[in-house]
Amino acid sequence: MVDKERFTYKKVSQVDFGLLSPKMIKKMAVAKVVTPELYDKEGYPVDGGLMDIRLGVIDPGLKCKTCGSKLKECIGHFGYIELARPVLHVKFIGLILNLLRCTCKECGRVLIPQNKTDKFSKELDDIEKNQSFDARRKRVRAIILNLKTINKCPHCKARQQKITLDKPYTIFEAEKRLSPIEIRSRLEKIPDEDCKVFGINASVARPEWIILTVMGIPPVTMRPSITLESGERSEDDLTHKLGDIVRINQRLFENINAGAPEIIIEDLWDLLQYHVTTFFDNNIAQLPPARHRSGQPLKTITERIKSKEGRIRHNLAGKRTNFSARTVISPDPMIDLNEVGMPKIVAMKLTVPERATEWNLEYLKKFVERGPKKYPGANYVVRPDGKKKKITDDTHEQIIEEVQPGYLVERHIMDGDVVIFNRQPSLHRMSMMAHKVRVLPDKTFRMNPAVAHPYNADFDGDEMNIHVPQTEEARAEAEILMMIETQLISPRYGLSVIGCIQDAITGNYLLTKDMQMSREKAVQILASIGMTDFSRLPSKKILDGKEIFSALIPEDFNFTGRSKSCKRKAKPCLECDHFVKGKCDIDSRVIIRNGKIEVGIMDVANLGQGAGFLLRNLHKRYGKEDTIRILGDIFRLGIRVLLLRGFTTNLSDMDLPEAASSNVEKTLLDAETEIEGLIDSYRKKELEAFPGKTLIETLELKILEALNRARNNAGNIVLEHASRKTGTFIMADSGARGNPINMAQMAACVGQQALRGKRINLGFKNRTLSCFKRNDLSPEAHGFIRNGFKSGLKPSEFFFAAMTGRDSLMDTALRTPKSGYLYRRLANSMQDLRVEYDHTVREAAGKIIQFKYGEDGIDVSKSEGGSINIKRIIEQVIGETD
Amino acid sequence: MMHEDIFKEYEDKLNPKIIEDVKAKIPQKITKAQLKQIMDLVVEEYKNCRVEPGESVGLVSAESIGEPGTQMTLNTFHYAGVAEMNVTTGLPRVIEILDGRKSISTPMMEIYLENPYSTGKDIKRIALSIKETKMKDILSEMNINVIDITIELKINSEKVKELGINRATVLKILSKEPKTAVRQSSTDKDIFIIRSTAKDSSLNDVYKLREKIKNLFVQGIKGITQVLPVKRGSEFIIMTAGSNLKKVLELEFVDDTRTICNDLFEIADALGIEAARQAIINELFKVIDMQGLNIDKRHIMLVSDMMCYSEKVQGITRYGVISEKSSVLARASFETPIKYLIEAALVGEKDKLRSVVENVMLNQPVPVGTGLPGLIVEVKGK
Repeated sequence: MVDKERFTYKKVSQVDFGLLSPKMIKKMAVAKVVTPELYDKEGYPVDGGLMDIRLGVIDPGLKCKTCGSKLKECIGHFGYIELARPVLHVKFIGLILNLLRCTCKECGRVLIPQNKTDKFSKELDDIEKNQSFDARRKRVRAIILNLKTINKCPHCKARQQKITLDKPYTIFEAEKRLSPIEIRSRLEKIPDEDCKVFGINASVARPEWIILTVMGIPPVTMRPSITLESGERSEDDLTHKLGDIVRINQRLFENINAGAPEIIIEDLWDLLQYHVTTFFDNNIAQLPPARHRSGQPLKTITERIKSKEGRIRHNLAGKRTNFSARTVISPDPMIDLNEVGMPKIVAMKLTVPERATEWNLEYLKKFVERGPKKYPGANYVVRPDGKKKKITDDTHEQIIEEVQPGYLVERHIMDGDVVIFNRQPSLHRMSMMAHKVRVLPDKTFRMNPAVAHPYNADFDGDEMNIHVPQTEEARAEAEILMMIETQLISPRYGLSVIGCIQDAITGNYLLTKDMQMSREKAVQILASIGMTDFSRLPSKKILDGKEIFSALIPEDFNFTGRSKSCKRKAKPCLECDHFVKGKCDIDSRVIIRNGKIEVGIMDVANLGQGAGFLLRNLHKRYGKEDTIRILGDIFRLGIRVLLLRGFTTNLSDMDLPEAASSNVEKTLLDAETEIEGLIDSYRKKELEAFPGKTLIETLELKILEALNRARNNAGNIVLEHASRKTGTFIMADSGARGNPINMAQMAACVGQQALRGKRINLGFKNRTLSCFKRNDLSPEAHGFIRNGFKSGLKPSEFFFAAMTGRDSLMDTALRTPKSGYLYRRLANSMQDLRVEYDHTVREAAGKIIQFKYGEDGIDVSKSEGGSINIKRIIEQVIGETD
Repeated sequence: MMHEDIFKEYEDKLNPKIIEDVKAKIPQKITKAQLKQIMDLVVEEYKNCRVEPGESVGLVSAESIGEPGTQMTLNTFHYAGVAEMNVTTGLPRVIEILDGRKSISTPMMEIYLENPYSTGKDIKRIALSIKETKMKDILSEMNINVIDITIELKINSEKVKELGINRATVLKILSKEPKTAVRQSSTDKDIFIIRSTAKDSSLNDVYKLREKIKNLFVQGIKGITQVLPVKRGSEFIIMTAGSNLKKVLELEFVDDTRTICNDLFEIADALGIEAARQAIINELFKVIDMQGLNIDKRHIMLVSDMMCYSEKVQGITRYGVISEKSSVLARASFETPIKYLIEAALVGEKDKLRSVVENVMLNQPVPVGTGLPGLIVEVKGK
C-alpha cells in the first residue's frame, strides 16, 4: 500500500512589513533589464528585456532560465533596473517633506535637543505597548507638527530654511528646487536613533531607501500578456509602463554620457520621475494619468490593490471554489425540510472523494465501472501520489484494475450526501445551511418551502448555489454545525426562523378550528404525509381536527400558549390574570396536555416563522431532529388538509351587505364633514395651534388623524360584516397572508396616501394635480383614496397611489447600499471577536471587550430568548413531588 | 428569606441575576430538598445555555444588526404623539449612532424635574428659562435710522415678561456690545436706540451691527432651540430640541439622575464612558423597537462595548474602531489599503495573523470557532 499523502505541515505565523533597500533589490533580482524591447523577430523574449525568460515564463513550452520549471510551476522572479538618476517615490512624498523639514540640513539631526529625542522615542514605545499602533501613529503626527516651527538646529546651530512642496512631487527649499540627489544625501545623514521620532524603524526602513536609485521589476507572471485571436500579443498595463520607464531611463543614460546640455537632462529626468510615479499610482490629482493609445487610463500598482475590484478585496479576501453548482430553485413540500433536491445532471458532475479501503474496495469499484455517464458512477480516481485520472470509456477498465486501498474515488453525489446550500445576499449564517441531497429528475434545485424564509428566497426565478464539502473534516463540520436543524433557533432573537407558511398555516388552522372527518379520511391524510402508526388516533368513527393534529405531537408534550386572536400579548400567559382565571376567549389560548390539543387553534402565533413558542418548546424538549421532523409533518398535514378541502379566494369575498356599505359610506361622509369644519375654522383662524406647530401644520395633523380614524372605522365595519367563511378572511385570520387592513382596502376604502408622514402636498402651484382647484385643502385633493380596490380608483386616486408606490421604490433603492455599507463596517470591525476559554470576549490582539458575553454568558440561540426558564424548572420539580 | 444558605452555595456557579430570578419565582412553601433540586437543574440548564469558547460572537452580532438593517425605513418620522418634535429614526439614526458622529442631526433632551416642579409648578416659565433666547426672539420691530445712522429696536414687552426679564436686563445685554452706545427712547420705554461709537462708521457697518445684535444671547442654555413641557405619566417633563447636557445638569431644579439626551459625546463628556455605552444601547434599542424589529440586546451590547472599550466613544469606521486593529492586513482589507501598507512598511510592523481576514488571505484556518483549538499530537510508529 502506497500512501504518500502530502500534509500541510507549514503554517505562516507572521508577516513582516518593511522597505526594500537598493542592495536588497539587486540581491533578489535575477536579471538586469536594459532594453525596452520585449520580443525579437521570431517572437522570442529578448534577453535583458522586460519579458526576459529569467523573470519567469508565461508561454507554454518555454522553460524558466532561473528555476528551470515550466509554466504554472515557476512563480516568477524579480528583475531590476538601474535608474540613471534617482527619483522620488510618490507614496512617500509626505514623509520626505516631514523628514526634510524636521531635520537639520547640515548635520542631519532632528531639530530637538538630544535629551528630548530619547524621551520621545521612549514615549512612543510606551504608547505602542500600552495602547495601539494607531495611538502611536497619532503621537508621531503630533510630534512632527510641533517640530515644523523650529528654524535653528540645536546640535550644530545651523539656520534652517523653509521647505515647501509643489504637488505632486517637486520640493523647494526657499525658492530653490531640491533635486532627488540632494534630498537623498540629506536623508542619508539622519542617524538611526533620530528616525524613531518619526515612527520609522531604521532597521527595516532607512529613510534614503524611499528615494529610488534602482527599481525592482515585477516578474512576468505578475503581468502576463494575452494573445489575441489575431495572433497579436497584447501586453499588460504594467509592462507598458515599465517599458516607458526603461526607454526613458536608457535615453537619460545616453544623454548623460554624451554630455548633453543640462536642460535636456533635466527634462528627461522629470519625464522619468513622471513615469515612475504613474507606475506606482496612476490616479494622482495633479498629474495627467498615463493612457493607452485608446485613451483609457492604465491600471498600475495602486489601482491593482485598491478598492472592491482590487487584489485585496477581490482576490485575497474573496475566494472562488470548485465543486459548486447554481440553478433555479423550486418548491417541493414533499421532501424533508433538511433535504435539497438536486437534478441528476448536477449530481453526475459534482463529486465526493471517497477513500478506498480494503472494506469498501468492491463497493467503490462498482462506481468506477459505471463511469461518468451512468448514475451513480465516478468521474475521477486519484492515485495516492496525487495524480488524478479521468475515467473515460477507454480508461475505465484499466482503472478498475488499478484501484486499490489508498486510492481516492471521486464518485457522483448520492442521496444523503451533505451539501451546503446558499442564497445571496448571505446576510446571516442561516443563508448558508447544510442539506442532505435527494437526487431528483428535472433541472432545478428543490427545497421545502418552509426553509425559504431563512434564505429569504422565493420561487419567482431565484437561483441558489450548492457547495460540496470535499474532506471528511468539512463534511463533519457541515453536518454537525450547519444542518438545517441546528439553525432552527435564530441567534438574532432566539425564536425559530423556520415555520409553517401560507397554505400550511391555513390548512392547520382550518383543521384545528372546527373540522371533522371520518377516521378513514384521517388515516388517509396521515398516511399521505408518511405516517404509519395510527394508534394515537382515537378509535371513533368521526374524528375531530384537533385529534388528528394531536397525532403528530409527542405523547408527553405539555404546552400552554396563545393563538393569534389573543389580544393581551404584553404578558406571558401564565402571568396574565385573564388566562389564569380562565376568562380567555376559547380560541385565543392554546393548551396541549399530554400530547393532545385540549383547546386552541393552530395559527401563525404557534406555527409561524419567527413567532412560534410551540416550536421553541418542542425544540427545547425533544431536540433538533424531532422538531424538524414534527415540523415537516405539520407542514405537510396542513397542505394535505387544504388539498382535500379545497381552498380559494374570490372577488365576492369582498362583497359587503347593503347595511355595511352604507355604514362605510356614512363613516367616510362624517369624516369629510368633520374635515370641512376643520378647514373652515382654519380659514376663519379659529383653529388653535398645537404647541411648537404652525396653524397649517396643526390642521394637517388633525385632518390626517380624522382620515385615519375614518379608515380604521371603515375597516372595522368591513371586518364585522365580512363573511367568516371566505378564503380571504380565513387567510387573514389564520395569519397565513394578508391582514384586516388589506381586506378593508379592498372592500371599503384604500385610505390616505402618506408621503414622508404627511399628506401629499407637491405637484403644481398650490395644488397637487391640475384637476383640483388651487388651495383646495379637502381630503381628495391631497391623496385620500375614498374608493376600495374592488370598486376601483378614480384617475386622480390612482395617480396618488402611484406616487406613494414610487416613493417606496425609491426608499428601497436608496436603503440597500446604505445598509450594505453599514453591515460591511460592522462585520469588518467585529469579525475577530470571539469567546475565549475563560469566557471573556476578546478581539484578535487579546484585548478584553466583555468579561462575560452579554453579561451572563448565555447564548441566545441555545436559551429561551436569552434567559433561562426558571418557571418551567420549578414546575418540573414541584410537579414531580406533588 | 429562607434557605439563604443554599443560595449561597450556588453563588459562584450562577449569575446573581439568575439566583435573584429563582428567589423571586419559588413558592413560599418549599422544602430544602426541592430547592436543591431546582438549583441543580438551573445550574445544568445554565451550562447547556452557555456560549461555547471560540464562538464567533462578533460576527453573529454584526449579522444580527446588519441583516434587519435592510428592512428598516429611511424616513424621518414624527415622534410618537400628536404634535411633538421631529426625531431621526430608522436606518439614518442607526448609521448616525454607529458612525459615532460628533454632531447629530436631531439632538434632543428629556429633562426630568425635581419635586415641586415635576408636578407642574411654573413649568412654562422653567421651560422658557432653559430655551436659548436671542435678541431677535424678543424683538417686535427693528429699524435702521438712515439719517442718524442708528438702530432702533422695539422689544415685545409680552414676550419679555414671559421670559421673566425686564427692560433693564435688555439694556444691560445691549450695552455689552462693544463700540456701541445704547439709550432708551424717551417716548416709548420699549424702544432702544443703538448708535455705533466706532470711528467713521458707515451705513454698511450698521447693517452688520444689526445682524450682530439680532443674534445677541439673552438668556437660557446654549444649544437648546426648542422646549416643550409634556406630561409623562403623572409628572411633567421638559422635552427639548437641541441639547447641552452638562449645562442642564447644573441647574438646581433638574433631576440629574434621570435627565438624558441623545448625543453620545455629550453623555460621555458629562457622565463618563459607562454612561455613553448605556446610551448607545438605549438609543439603538429605541430605533429598533420603533421599527418593530426584534434583536437580542446582547448583540447591541457587544457593538456598544466595541465602540467604548478604548475609553472614548469611537465609531465603527475606518477612523474609529477599525483603525485600532492590530493587524495590518485586516485594516488594509477594509478601506484605504495603500495607506496602511505604507505606514506598516515604515514602522516595520509585524502581522501576527491572529484575526480572521489575514488567515483567509493566506488560506489558513481562521482562529475562531472550530479553527480555534490547537491540537498537538505526537505521531508514533513509522
